[in-house]
Amino acid sequence: MQHFLWLVPALPLLGSIVLMLGTGRLSHRAEALIGVLSVGLAAVVAFAIAGAFLLDPPAGAAYQQSLWRWFAVGHFSFGIALRVDPLSLLMMLVTSGVGFLIHLFSTEFMEGEEGYGRFFAYLNLFVAAMLLLVMADNFLVLYAGWEGVGLCSYLLIGFWWRDPANGLAARKAFIVTRVGDTAFLIGLLLIASRLGTLNIAGAMRDAAHTWHPGSPAATLIAFLLLGGAVGKSAQLPLQTWLPDAMAGPTPVSALIHAATMVTAGVYLIARTHVLFLLAPAAEITVGIVGAATLLLAGFSALAQNDIKRILAYSTMSQIGYMFLALGVGAWRAAMFHFMTHAFFKALLFLSAGAVTMRLHHEQDIYRMGGLARRLPAAFWSFLIGSAALAALPLITSGFYSKEAILSGAWADGNGGRVLWLAGVIGAFVTGVYIFRAVFIAFFGEEHTHVSGSYGWRVIVPLVVLSVLSLVGGFIELPPAFGHVTLLSRLLAPVLPPTREVTDMTPLLLASAASILGIALAAVLYWRPSRPPAETPLWRFWHAAAGFDALYDRLLVRPVIWAARVDRDDFIDSFYDGIAWATQAIHRAIRRTQTGRVRLYAASLAIGSVGLIAIAVLR
Amino acid sequence: MATVPLGQGLLLAAVLFALGLVGVLVRRNLLFMLMSLEVMLNAAGVAFIVAGARWASPDGQIMFILVLTLAAAEVSVGLALILLMHRRIPTLDADAGDGLRG
Repeated sequence: MQHFLWLVPALPLLGSIVLMLGTGRLSHRAEALIGVLSVGLAAVVAFAIAGAFLLDPPAGAAYQQSLWRWFAVGHFSFGIALRVDPLSLLMMLVTSGVGFLIHLFSTEFMEGEEGYGRFFAYLNLFVAAMLLLVMADNFLVLYAGWEGVGLCSYLLIGFWWRDPANGLAARKAFIVTRVGDTAFLIGLLLIASRLGTLNIAGAMRDAAHTWHPGSPAATLIAFLLLGGAVGKSAQLPLQTWLPDAMAGPTPVSALIHAATMVTAGVYLIARTHVLFLLAPAAEITVGIVGAATLLLAGFSALAQNDIKRILAYSTMSQIGYMFLALGVGAWRAAMFHFMTHAFFKALLFLSAGAVTMRLHHEQDIYRMGGLARRLPAAFWSFLIGSAALAALPLITSGFYSKEAILSGAWADGNGGRVLWLAGVIGAFVTGVYIFRAVFIAFFGEEHTHVSGSYGWRVIVPLVVLSVLSLVGGFIELPPAFGHVTLLSRLLAPVLPPTREVTDMTPLLLASAASILGIALAAVLYWRPSRPPAETPLWRFWHAAAGFDALYDRLLVRPVIWAARVDRDDFIDSFYDGIAWATQAIHRAIRRTQTGRVRLYAASLAIGSVGLIAIAVLR
Repeated sequence: MATVPLGQGLLLAAVLFALGLVGVLVRRNLLFMLMSLEVMLNAAGVAFIVAGARWASPDGQIMFILVLTLAAAEVSVGLALILLMHRRIPTLDADAGDGLRG
């Protein structure tokens, strides 16, 4: 099977190229077909690879395929090579599978939009870049996918480019993640110079031999990689781009939040966990960043009225859980939550998209109301997604993955209990904010007229994702409920195990927190009324604790001020001097252009006489 | 047939050329400038004829025919330009037509 690895990223890439070249020449039908089929086929190949992998595990627990040598400098040699181990396999399956469902949904969602083919070209490229990222054998290929994902997010957030605000949001996403990317790149260069290789598996092996735990080099590199992960995954302090990324079409948000982009940071840390084990300071920081982000984003989501912004903050918060898990060494739990989150977050975004489709792109939950009767399909999917997000005990996948994270935090000796508490408070807040959206948008009286109905291309992804959001968690059950460990056994060759918890206390407390959250939302919002009053507290959380304003004061304005002050620096005056000299010469020479033909004739004659004189007298 | 000595012939050509050049430079009437140009062309023609006669070569006369045709073409174009200019600015003063002044 390993000879077919290249097909997985190549198929969406091919689809993207065909769509880009065929802009304006292909019919809508053909564009939709190419866009969906390329990712669909990639998913089929990915599942075939997964099947072969599980039935007959390869030696070293990884498929490897070297495609060609990229370049060689000195003793460095870089190949375009793919490597699929269980961790990559999981990412690959989720990215291509969920990506396919989102593509299918988009064909109907984007019907009649300008730039239909362009949309699918970008979507395909996005999936291709993400697949390249997760299947990379060395850091250089990973970085190429990493930047490709950043580029596609820029293109898709600014997809409706006629509104300048969307372009600004796209630029913000690109520039803010760029800060993290720079740190990541410096980290990669340090790995290359210190370990002499950029091959991921090789570098991790060497790192364990070269550095002892807590050594400054490992710590520095781990912190730099964390910087990259924080940028891509929208964690503190580089989280400000994510809510603005809602400017793109809803399926794009689904793709960014569920299958691609924001999970890249989680993948990166899980992939380089050896380094983080060598740098305890960096690992604790990962957990703290995750805990802080999940609380900040949870409270911010409480103060949003835009359904997409609520979901955006919920993503930030859920990625925070994954970081928390990574920080306490619950690597497998992080990947488990990544998987279930991909299911229910894609479901939430797609059902939110299905709702706005029928409401003329109305996104304010206070203008919705009573949609449960009008749009039963969207309602049930949103309800299932919300239940999974709020970790409703026993029946949802989100419960099991969040439980795995929280018990991992509980078991972690040094400071894990504090992170655990943050996670439990977060679970409570999650229940409140997401069911606030459910009750306000889907119950009560109607505020907006609903028109039209859904085709199968909307229904099928919603149903599939609903089922996955419910049963997706059963592949990994805690010791108290049957003790299923399918995912752990799959990931065993890559990620170290988590300490087992047999204590029931954390489980019960976390379940109580999420149920209490849902109950509180029901009490407060069962009879939805007017939008909340704009108290200072509400405004504070509406602006996500004012990070945008802070960065504006701290960074944007000083830079603009410095640019204005430094307008006439040395380099500028040099170029201004050139411009001035050119104009002076011009003024001098134009005097000779009198427009008098006799003067021209005279100068011609004098010139000729002079030339002849030189020729004769020489 | 006695030939004109080379020196005298060239002197004539030089004098004619100088007269023509002076005419172009000092006259302001475009028609006279055009005529002076013709004089200069013919001065060149005389120089060719004299040189051709001195070395008994037909090339000088061939060049003269070339100069003649050139002069004819030049006059026709020049007169047409003068006519057009006269329609636009009703004067023949060369210094008045300085619309291309920088």
